[in-house]
Amino acid sequence: MSSGGDNRYVVFKLNQEYYGLPIEKVISIEKIGEITRIPNAPDYIKGVINLRGEVIPVVNLKRKLNIGDNELNTNSRIIVVNEDEMVVGLVVDFSSEVLEIDREDIDKPPETKDNQLIEYISGIGKTSDRLIILLDLLKILMD
Amino acid sequence: MDLDIGQYINLFVEEGKEHLQNMNDALLALEKDTGNESLVNEIFRVAHTLKGMAGTMGFTNMANLTHEMENVLDGIRNKEIVLTEDVIDIIFECFDVLDESVNQIASSGEESKEDFTGLVERLRSISKGNGKEDELRTNTSKLAPYIDEYVINIIKKAEAEGLDAYNIEIRLSPNCMLKSARAFIVVNTLETMGEIIHSNPSIEDIEDEKFDLTFSLIFISKEEEKKIKDSLNSISELENINITPIKETDVNDKEIEFLEEDNKSKDASNIVEKNGTRHFERQNKVGKTVRVDIDRLDNLMNLVSELIIIKTRMDELSDISNKENMTEAIEYLERITTSLHDAVMKVRMVPIERVFNRFPRMVRDLSKELNKEINLQMYGEETEVDRTVIDEIGDPLIHIIRNSIDHGIETPEERVKLNKPKEGNVILKAYPDGNNVVIEVVDDGRGIDAAKVRKKAVEKDLISLEESETLSEDDIISLLFQPGFSTSDEVSDVSGRGVGLDVVKSKIESINGSIEIETQQNIGTKFIIRIPLTLAIIQALLIKLKEEIYAIPLSSITEIISLPKDNIRNVQGQDIILYRGKTIPLIRLHQVMGLDFDDSGDEYLVVVVRKGEKQAALLVEDLIGQQEIVIKPLGKYLSNIRYLSGATILGNGNVSLILDINSLI
Repeated sequence: MSSGGDNRYVVFKLNQEYYGLPIEKVISIEKIGEITRIPNAPDYIKGVINLRGEVIPVVNLKRKLNIGDNELNTNSRIIVVNEDEMVVGLVVDFSSEVLEIDREDIDKPPETKDNQLIEYISGIGKTSDRLIILLDLLKILMD
Repeated sequence: MDLDIGQYINLFVEEGKEHLQNMNDALLALEKDTGNESLVNEIFRVAHTLKGMAGTMGFTNMANLTHEMENVLDGIRNKEIVLTEDVIDIIFECFDVLDESVNQIASSGEESKEDFTGLVERLRSISKGNGKEDELRTNTSKLAPYIDEYVINIIKKAEAEGLDAYNIEIRLSPNCMLKSARAFIVVNTLETMGEIIHSNPSIEDIEDEKFDLTFSLIFISKEEEKKIKDSLNSISELENINITPIKETDVNDKEIEFLEEDNKSKDASNIVEKNGTRHFERQNKVGKTVRVDIDRLDNLMNLVSELIIIKTRMDELSDISNKENMTEAIEYLERITTSLHDAVMKVRMVPIERVFNRFPRMVRDLSKELNKEINLQMYGEETEVDRTVIDEIGDPLIHIIRNSIDHGIETPEERVKLNKPKEGNVILKAYPDGNNVVIEVVDDGRGIDAAKVRKKAVEKDLISLEESETLSEDDIISLLFQPGFSTSDEVSDVSGRGVGLDVVKSKIESINGSIEIETQQNIGTKFIIRIPLTLAIIQALLIKLKEEIYAIPLSSITEIISLPKDNIRNVQGQDIILYRGKTIPLIRLHQVMGLDFDDSGDEYLVVVVRKGEKQAALLVEDLIGQQEIVIKPLGKYLSNIRYLSGATILGNGNVSLILDINSLI
C-alpha cells in the first residue's frame, strides 16, 4: 500500500452517528449554497449546484441511506467526492475532522439483516472514544 | 546522446494517414477499373513515399512491407503480373496492416514488433512468379537518391512559412578523435537555429559512428547562410563545410529525377505531370490547415464561457445603475464575445468527410462477405461539424450502414425477382439544417416489415398483445430502438447480434442528437440522424415556472404566442391547440416538471417548439428573455434524467436546467 493517505478518513455526522469516507475520494467540503431542484429525478437527488463553474449533482445522503431526511441548517455541509469519474456532492449534517484509522482497527460490517443501511457500509472504524461507520462510496453512487 | 525523432512522429502520422487515405481511394477505384494504369501508379507512388518516410523514421518493418508492395505494383505496371482479385485482396490486406502500424505508431510512438512475414512472403511469391528483374530493382531502389517526398514536403512547408532550407555537407578532419561527438556538436549547434529534417547517414548511424568523414544534413532555419556558416566555423576539427540553399525549384527537380529513377523507361513525363498537380493541391491544403491540440482549444473555449458569464452579470448590473457608458461597454463586450465564440467554434469545425471516408472500404468488404452488390453514394462530405461530434458519430453510422446492407439490401437474385436493379444502393448524405447537421442513410432494400416487428415485440414482451393492436405503424417501427431487439431471422456475423439500434440511439442522444426511421416495404429504409453543430454555447430563451428558471434552445423555437384558454381542445386525454391550421399537442410544463400551476388567467403563454417536422406547444408561466448560455453537462451520475439535456450557470451564479425538446415532443 502507498504511504499515508489510505488510512485517513473524512468524518461527518448524520443524525447522531459518525460516518467516514476515504480522504482520497473527497475533493472538498462546501457550505450549502443555492441548490437547483432536478425534476423527475429519484427522491434522494437534492439537485445541482454551481461548484466554481461546474455543475455538480447533490445527493441527500440520509434519504439515500434510508435514515431520514436532511434538514438543512447552518451546520450542514456538502462533501464533494469523486468516484469513477463521477463528481457528486453529499449533504451531511456536520463535518469537522479528518481521522486516521489503522487497518487493524476496522471491523467488518455487522451481519444483521433488515437494515437497508448495511449494504452501503464497508466497515466499522474504532477510535478511542467512538465508532465510525465507513461508507462504500461506489455502492452508494452506482445503486 | 539524445537526438530525438519524437517531434517528427506527429508529422509522420498525419502525413502517413493522408497517404494511406489516398491509397485506399485508389485501391477502391482500381478494383472497379482494373485496367487503369494511373491508379496503379498512384498506389505505387504512395507505397514508395511511405517506404521513404518509414525508412527515415527507422520503422524498418513498415519499410520492408512497402518495399515488397512496390515490387508487386511495379510488376503490375510492367504487365508482368496480372492484376487478379487475389492480388487486389493482398494489397488491401497490406493496406490494413499499414494502417494499423500507423495507428500503433501514433499511440505508442514505436513500431509494433510484428514484421509481417506472412504478407511479405505472399507478395514475394507473386513478384517471383514473374520477374528476374526483381533482384535488380531491389538494388536500384535501395540506392535511389535519398531525398524523398516526405522531406520535400517539409521543405515546401518551411518555405511557405518563410524559412530557408539548406543542404549542409560536413567533412571532418582526418585526425578527428571523436567523430560522433563532433557530429553531435554540429547537430546541436544547428538545432539552436532551426531544425534538421533529414540526415545522411541517418542520425542513429552518426551516433554510432557508422560514417566515414562526411555526412550531410538537410536543415531548415530562418537564419542567413552566412550566420550558419559562421557558427559552424567556430567548431573545431571540421575540415570542410559546404552549405547550399535548397530552393523549391531544386526540390521539384530532385523530385523529377527521383521519379524518373523509379519509372525509368516508363512514360515518366506523364506521371510527373500528374504528380506536379497533386503537389500543388497538397501545398494549398498545408497552407490553410493548422493542427491544434484539442486541450488548448478547450481551454480557449472555457475562457470564452467565462467571458459570457461575466457579460451576463454586467447586463444585470446595468439594469440597476443605468449608466450610459456602462451599456456601451457592455455592447462592446458583447460584440467581442460573439465574434470570439464564432472564431473558436470555426477552429473546432472539421468536415464530416473524416468519418465518411472509411465507409467505401467497409461497404466493399461487406458486400463481398454477404455476396451482395452494393453501390455506395456519398453526398455533403464537406459539411462541417464540431470535432467532439465527429468522434462520437462514427460508430453509430457504421452500425446503421451495416444494418442497411445486412438487413435492408436483398441478394442480387432476390432483387432481380422484384424487378429492381441487381445492384443495391446505399446513400449517405450530410447537410446542415439550422443549428443542426442532418445525416441520412438511405437504402433501396426491402424496408422494415412492421407486422414482423409487431410480432417480435409481443414475443419479446416489449409490448402486450392489446398494445400492439393500438400502436401506429410509426410507433411500432420505433420499437426497434428498444434494448435487445433484432428482427433478422438468422443471426449473421455482420449485424443482428442483439446489441443494436438501442446502442446507436443512446450514443446519438448522448450528444444531444436524435434519430428517426422512415421505411416503406420493398422500397427502402431511411435513417435520419440529427446532431447539433456544436455542443458548447447556444442561444436560449429563459422561461419561468414558479420560482424555477429553465432554458429552451432558441434553435428549436418557432414562435411565442399568447393563447386564449378556450382555444384548447381535449382529444382522448391529450390537450391540443390549433396552430396555423395544424393541430399540435399542448404540453403543460408545470406538470412535466412536477409543479403546481395557478390556473387563474384567461390566457396562456405558449412557446411553440419543433423537432424536424413535429411541433408542440409548451405552456410556460413567464418569459425572462433571450440569452447566450454555456452548456454544462449534468454528468455521468445524472445521465438518465428525462426531459433535460444539460444545465447552465446564470449571471447570478445559480444553476438553470436546459429542456431537451427532442424528448419532450
